Amino acid sequence: MADEPLLKVQAVQTFYGNIRALDGVDVHVNRGEIVSLIGANGAGKSTLMMTICGSPQARHGSIIFDGEDITQQPTHLIARRRIAQSPEGRRIFPRMTVYENLQMGAGLDNLRYFKEDVEKIFTLFPRLKERQSQRGGTLSGGEQQMLSIGRALMARPKLLLLDEPSLGLAPLIVKGIFEAIKKLNKEEGLTVFLVEQNAFAALRLSDRAYVMVNGKVTMTGSGKALLANPEVRAAYLEGGRH
Amino acid sequence: MTQPSALENSGLMMQAVKEAVFAGAVAFGLFILYVGIETYQDINNALVWRTRWGLLFSFVAIAAFGRFVVVGFIKPHLDKRKRAKAKAGIPEVTDHKGFFHRHFLKIALVLLLLYPPLSVMLAGTQGSLKYVDNFGIQILIYVMLAWGLNIVVGLAGLLDLGYVAFYAVGAYSYALLSEHFGLSFWVLLPMAGILAAFWGIILGFPVLRLRGDYLAIVTLAFGEIIRLVLINWTVVTKGTFGVSGIPKASFFGIWSFDVGAPNNFTKAFGLSMSSAYYKIFLFYLILALCMLTAYVTIKLRRMPIGRAWEALREDEIACRSLGINTVTTKLTAFAIGAMIGGFAGAFFATRQGFVSPESFVFLESAVILAIVVLGGMGSLTGIAIAAIVMVGGTELLREMEFLKHVFGPDFTPELYRMLLFGLAMIVVMVFKPRGFVGSREPTAYLKERKAVSGSFTKEGHG
Repeated sequence: MADEPLLKVQAVQTFYGNIRALDGVDVHVNRGEIVSLIGANGAGKSTLMMTICGSPQARHGSIIFDGEDITQQPTHLIARRRIAQSPEGRRIFPRMTVYENLQMGAGLDNLRYFKEDVEKIFTLFPRLKERQSQRGGTLSGGEQQMLSIGRALMARPKLLLLDEPSLGLAPLIVKGIFEAIKKLNKEEGLTVFLVEQNAFAALRLSDRAYVMVNGKVTMTGSGKALLANPEVRAAYLEGGRH
Repeated sequence: MTQPSALENSGLMMQAVKEAVFAGAVAFGLFILYVGIETYQDINNALVWRTRWGLLFSFVAIAAFGRFVVVGFIKPHLDKRKRAKAKAGIPEVTDHKGFFHRHFLKIALVLLLLYPPLSVMLAGTQGSLKYVDNFGIQILIYVMLAWGLNIVVGLAGLLDLGYVAFYAVGAYSYALLSEHFGLSFWVLLPMAGILAAFWGIILGFPVLRLRGDYLAIVTLAFGEIIRLVLINWTVVTKGTFGVSGIPKASFFGIWSFDVGAPNNFTKAFGLSMSSAYYKIFLFYLILALCMLTAYVTIKLRRMPIGRAWEALREDEIACRSLGINTVTTKLTAFAIGAMIGGFAGAFFATRQGFVSPESFVFLESAVILAIVVLGGMGSLTGIAIAAIVMVGGTELLREMEFLKHVFGPDFTPELYRMLLFGLAMIVVMVFKPRGFVGSREPTAYLKERKAVSGSFTKEGHG
């Protein structure tokens, strides 16, 4: 069981109508790892993330999480297996307060561990503590991202999925958020699967990474190896370094 | 904030007096011929005139006094607030509220409880009918309906244009079941609620995947289907003739309000025969039902299901990614909203003694929805205020006989109701786009509580 990866995506194909968005993707994430998925716009990165969450569901292939097949499960049941997601575009609840947003994250355990967990989140992101009674929609982009990650963490996830956490944020804030992710991984052994366009930051953070092009994984390796790889440098780093 | 100096203050008062005198003079000039002098026909049919100085004086006094108050007090107050806000440079943060604000709900409840005895005292037993029935009960029915719809639209964010269908289901459930099985109001009230909830779930299933405008159209169609079934299924519903002779509700079976019954309420207490007592009883009944609705709504909002509703309104995808079963969440919203509509329907049937499909047209749904939107989606207080304004306004228009003297005897004010409501709604939506009470009250606080005005947040999408 310990050697078995936490998440195993095998030969997954996902379609939007007749358009094939994922074309036989094989990805796995081991326990305690940070794995990132980089690629250009429209490569299918977010689709893979959403397929793992069951919306849309994979038409072919299988997704095994923690030894169980979740390919055909509805989204909310997948979430109840402790796969927490900070979705693309953050998707916080804008008219609810920061505090209520965090409560929503702790709904799986019916707020049993809420008190201790919320303190943890506030230590990780002190800005959220200052803003706790403010409505989600009034936060800045970076604070919203923190809230989105914080809300996902409130579910005590086994696997944290992060979809473009750096999108539209200033480099300094991105650095802060990535440091927080690193810290969670180091101190609590949190397993993270990260989708990023900001390849440089993602690869530096990750233990392993995948490169995706047109719905297929074309390259894989350790974060360091990919950072040094001339092809990756040319395609994703030199032009796109932030 | 510095108080304006005495000098400044006296200058302001001078200004106010000056403007008041001017306004009075204008009013005098305007009204002297129209109000001050009245022409009428005497016994010999000759046209003669007399003066009405008293009335004219009151017109002038109102104009002058109004201007004085506006210039002397209201305007400086508003200016001061604006300046203070600009100086502070922060969004409106309300920390301390006045006595009236803090105890608003208690005061309102006490007033409502005292309303029937007060109207009996002021207007007499028979005269109170109008105030208790036309104003009190009518408004409270709409308050209850709007609070029920508020769960679906305001909390769960599911735009329902066919809410009146559940009202109809409740009303016909009571009417038909009492007619065929002779069951009492107190047995059938929960039954009507359950049946309406059942229909809520039936409507809920096909529309689970729909949102916004698409959902609105399907629910609109659902409302019409129910109405058309009521019209055309004549064997059961008696079609457009409606069901009449619906029994009155009893005082928990102890006292009856039927005239012939031996345990008649008025006889038991040795009171003179009047339908006013029944209406007063109905008033307290609907008030209790409203309180129940409010209690359920407030409790549910603090429970996981209520929080899930509100989260669903904000972002459905995020909800699912947090492990919320959106199917059951939506269905419970539909069911509970419909159940409240069903209760109101049963009450409506017993109050009218007669139901027909005419009472359940689309316009009713639209009015209920308008009340919810005007009140500020999700706010119980705001919705109650909106119901008073909308429904009470209609009833008031019926009373405004004097408008006939202005616009001629053919003028029937209630025909202009929709026009006036349209205007009123536009005005409210322009000045208060989020309704009377637009800011959402959070359900959980850590230590301090601050309310940032709702106008600083964006609507959810999803």
